[in-house]
Amino acid sequence: MNKKLLFIGLSLLMIIFSQNCLYAQQSNTMSNLSGNFEVNSQYYRPDSAILAPDVPEKFLSNGFFNLNYESGNFKAGLRYESYLNALQGFDPNYRGSGITYRFAQFTKDEITITAGNFYDQFGNGLIFRSYEERALGVDNAMDGLHIKYNPYKGIVLKGFVAEQRNFFSKGPGIVRGFDGDVQLNDVFDLWADKKLRLGVGGSFVSKYQKDNSPTRILPENIGAYAFRTNLSYGNWLLNAEYANKINDPSIVNNFIYKNGEALLVNINYAKKGFGAQVSGKRVDNMNYRSDRGATGNSLFINYLPAINKQLTYRLSTLYPFATQPNGEMGAAGEIYINCKPGSFFGGEYGTKISLSASAVNDIKQTTVSNDTLGYASDFFAIGDNRYYQDVTFELNKKLTKNDKLIFTYIYQVYDKNVIEGKIEQQQVTAHICVIDYLHKFDSKHSIRTEIQHLLTDEDKKNWAMLLLEYSVSPKWSVTAFDEWNYGNEDPDHRFHYYNASMVYTKGPTRIGLGYARQRAGLLCVGGVCRYVPASNGFNVTVTSRF
Amino acid sequence: MGLSFYNTMKKLRILFVAAMLTNVAFAQTTATKSDVGHASVKTLEGKEFNTSAISNDGKPFIIDFWATWCKPCVAELDAINEEYVDWQKETGVKVFAVSIDDSRSMSRVAPYVAGKGWDYTILLDPNGDFKRAMNVNSVPHTFLFDGTGKLVTQHNNYSAGDEDNLFEEIKKLSGK
Repeated sequence: MNKKLLFIGLSLLMIIFSQNCLYAQQSNTMSNLSGNFEVNSQYYRPDSAILAPDVPEKFLSNGFFNLNYESGNFKAGLRYESYLNALQGFDPNYRGSGITYRFAQFTKDEITITAGNFYDQFGNGLIFRSYEERALGVDNAMDGLHIKYNPYKGIVLKGFVAEQRNFFSKGPGIVRGFDGDVQLNDVFDLWADKKLRLGVGGSFVSKYQKDNSPTRILPENIGAYAFRTNLSYGNWLLNAEYANKINDPSIVNNFIYKNGEALLVNINYAKKGFGAQVSGKRVDNMNYRSDRGATGNSLFINYLPAINKQLTYRLSTLYPFATQPNGEMGAAGEIYINCKPGSFFGGEYGTKISLSASAVNDIKQTTVSNDTLGYASDFFAIGDNRYYQDVTFELNKKLTKNDKLIFTYIYQVYDKNVIEGKIEQQQVTAHICVIDYLHKFDSKHSIRTEIQHLLTDEDKKNWAMLLLEYSVSPKWSVTAFDEWNYGNEDPDHRFHYYNASMVYTKGPTRIGLGYARQRAGLLCVGGVCRYVPASNGFNVTVTSRF
Repeated sequence: MGLSFYNTMKKLRILFVAAMLTNVAFAQTTATKSDVGHASVKTLEGKEFNTSAISNDGKPFIIDFWATWCKPCVAELDAINEEYVDWQKETGVKVFAVSIDDSRSMSRVAPYVAGKGWDYTILLDPNGDFKRAMNVNSVPHTFLFDGTGKLVTQHNNYSAGDEDNLFEEIKKLSGK
């Protein structure tokens, strides 16, 4: 009798299971499970000539694995990270392995609740931005509770209470925040089709950290607020945000009790064929972290975007600019023009031109009678020291059916003293030229070359670079390049920094193998930089998603 | 036999009905699921947009993750742009170009796209929420979906000529 029951029971289970599997296959979704992973490893050979640091482990590896589950209104996921040990240039606190991110999320109609880790940004991030930039080792994920609520169309409210990730543990502070965003044209039906679109938003963030100082009375609750607006009319758009933070003495600002302020204004014009953008920025004492003793890239609560254009050609990254949280004032502008085929500059296939300029100075500081305030600074007064300046010109032209040319000229002025924290005063002025040329042999085979040159009388003087990239669409690509510091004053330091790599891509998977003698430099993404020391060796990267 | 057997059969009958019902329930939830991840992004006008609303009236569509600072991403979108009018005429395909530019370069996106003369639907994902929902590691990452939102093919790199392979896949979907 029992055997019969068991047999029937098992058969039923098998029918249920196979039916579900069948349905899963028919809908052929990523089922309810998805994720991605990446591994970056490098083998380091000694190379004292280029000042490559000694790596006793010889082989270093960074890796992560994300797994997400979604079913109806419920979502959960986790990430496992492994640094055994972390690659050179990553903070050595990234050591070991473990689950560093885990969350559960439920969405029902207008409300979304997240428990565990989350990322979010209020406005432009001036008082709150939690994000990940894996290439930089930046991950200031929050860990707590987050609620998002849409009470009415066009209105979004967000609130959270959390601690912040600090490598494999958490920072000492507690952060809480609230944000409201109202897009008036979506709220009021009467405004829905109006040419003028207006939105406003406001946020308040506060952090709590216990005062353990034996010598100072430190504020334990530090609040910051921000107001923003977006206004568009036809082809014009204005985006502005102002932030203010109460006294926040920290190691970064030498424990002064002055307020912090930031202002970001963007105006742009976009009509098919022509685009223009102008932005202005002021930052004054806006270092905001969930540990007043934190330095480097850890425990940022806010994000102060750099105002200058992100440059990507190798030699243009020798002198990269990063936002100075203690104080800076900057302005930038760009125009983009599409010269259509047949027009005067267009030629047969069309030409695209872009021109940009930016400048960043310090803020004018005046002494105050009360020492603890540090200094005073008139909101509209620009300091006298030029931190950074650039002018770039880019011409993008299709010469024939199979040939494309991009010509770039960049003029840079860079204050090495302030930006890299060096002691000797040194302002570097550089002129950079890049020719980026693509030739297609047929629909599958192509070759691309880059010829770059950097001219300067300061620092390491002149550089030249040649790159060749041969691709067989869609799977293979082989690249080789050499950066040569031929102008170096010391003939023994006129090194060739060469690099050869091969990349195989199939669908979501990419595998790269390479060998490089790499120069020391800064790797910057979005105004946040990571210093990478010189190295010599093999590297391998595997990345995929499912 | 008798009462115990009757009770057992009753239990089995209930179990069987329950099993069939759950199957029906599962069929309804899984059959209509799209492969497009769920996240909140913004349009160029600043309107909030839920990515679950991404569709193309039953025709295939492309979701292309890019950034103004990513040279191969821009090269790919430029190459597709040269053929886009023809692609649309033949297959009705639509490209959703999702920019992961953060607040540093997000304000550049609209004028940049205007200066390139692109006709794509541009979505802004400044804090990487949609990028995370789609499990994207790096850009460029291009996804091709069929009319029902099922993922057909994807690519995490760009070499000249990749757009031709992409078009072959799109044509297959439109039965050409």
